[in-house]
Amino acid sequence: MRPALRRVWGMVYRHLALYRRSWPRLLELAYWPTFQMLIWGFTASFFAQRLGNGGAAGVGVAAMGMLLSGVLLWEVALRTQMGLAVGFLEEIWSRNLGHVFVSPLRPWELVAALIVMSVLRMLGGVLPAVLLAWALYAFDLFAPGPVVVLFIANLMVMGWSVSLGVVSLILRHGAGAEALAWTVLFGLTPFSAVFYPVAVLPAYLRPVAWALPSSHVFEGMRAVIGPDAIGPDAIGPGAILWHELAWATGLNLAWLAAACLLFAGQFKAARTRGALLSIGE
Amino acid sequence: MDAIVVSRLTKHYGAALAVSDISFSVPAGSTLGLLGGNGAGKTTTIAMLLGLLLPTSGSIRILGHDMARDRFAALARMNFSSPYVALPHRLSVTENLRVYAHLYDVPNTERRIRELADELDLHELLDRPAGELSAGQKTRVALAKSLINRPDVLLLDEPTASLDPDTGDMVRGWLERYRAATGCTFLLASHNMAEVERLCSDVLMLKRGAIVDRGTPGELLDRYQRDGLEEVFLDIARDRRPEMVP
Repeated sequence: MRPALRRVWGMVYRHLALYRRSWPRLLELAYWPTFQMLIWGFTASFFAQRLGNGGAAGVGVAAMGMLLSGVLLWEVALRTQMGLAVGFLEEIWSRNLGHVFVSPLRPWELVAALIVMSVLRMLGGVLPAVLLAWALYAFDLFAPGPVVVLFIANLMVMGWSVSLGVVSLILRHGAGAEALAWTVLFGLTPFSAVFYPVAVLPAYLRPVAWALPSSHVFEGMRAVIGPDAIGPDAIGPGAILWHELAWATGLNLAWLAAACLLFAGQFKAARTRGALLSIGE
Repeated sequence: MDAIVVSRLTKHYGAALAVSDISFSVPAGSTLGLLGGNGAGKTTTIAMLLGLLLPTSGSIRILGHDMARDRFAALARMNFSSPYVALPHRLSVTENLRVYAHLYDVPNTERRIRELADELDLHELLDRPAGELSAGQKTRVALAKSLINRPDVLLLDEPTASLDPDTGDMVRGWLERYRAATGCTFLLASHNMAEVERLCSDVLMLKRGAIVDRGTPGELLDRYQRDGLEEVFLDIARDRRPEMVP
């Protein structure tokens, strides 16, 4: 194995070993995604029954699909973002950063390892919820086809960008900023069009929403699921809005580049201030 | 050949001066002791040598590599031990050593871990979580971590802190044997003067970020006309220059 890959594997192994020895951490992975899915699933199921009974066939099913897709896909972004940020925080909590950064591990190799762990954490958290949604509500997240993978990929990249921003703030402000790891992306939920179209937002907030990759993903997701019975501007079921995916991808590249620059700058600033040794204090 | 060359190293934290224009070199295979009271600049100097902290000015070369431009090449051949920097608590000792074996690209990882366990008497600790060890056991494990890559330069910050006299003596003996066998260069920061006298071929006395005296332990004892380095340390800490010493 090449030395760089081995260093990345070393950090991944460090986190896998941690999870192997800590069942609360394993439980926490799937706890919130599963509960979110259950709450929203039953809510959506209730509305589906009511709307279905009202005679608007298909509306209830489409609404349920949108809600559950929204919940599960947003959990992809949340779990990915938290996975990376919490991985970094684990090094601070264990006061291990001093050892890590005097090894030949490059900062970008640490980020690569945290990205691998964020993917594993996301899968460990969201997969059980996806399977449970299928078992309880016969809801198949992947029913629209391979395009869902593109949605997921875009939301993961957004999660990494937000996380690198959070890690940069932790490097700047110390462990006192760790609460951001759990809150920043939640704060973007209202602007991400997870459960409703951007058009619902007041006009002055729409530019904020359109600047987020997630808004484009969820607009695309609703179109794919089949909103033919939802609203006057509906597109036919199964339509893939490639321009929304293109916007999401372009915005993701821009935000990721900005986050990388911010991280590089704050890492250098932390070395100037000596924060890498004292950040846990 | 010098393993460490430090030239006009200075570090400011804002307006505060932590290290002031220090220069020194450490010949390969020797041991330099950094002595000084709290706030003298020892930790800041070590952090700069390790690349954790950027100097305000000055340069550091370790094993021929400029730490400002090529620190990773040097870091692969260095290591560091300090009881004040922890290892992940929930990981077992073996898992911790495996992590660092990967980070330092150590061949034959499991064999190297067994060697270290033999040499530092760690066998009973290998499967225990690092966080459940006593302070002395943690220090031994930290030392094993610092030797995992068979370093050519080893920076030791209080390597025998928290160890009982018997274990401390064992560790010091092991460090001496390791140095003799490998030609490793040590830089040692310690408040244990007996340890400094035993291990160090040269000593730098730091005060308020500056080098106030240097020499072999014998030279310092002669200069201050003292029987032990602890008295020399107190003379320097209390601003008693050699000519003032009764």
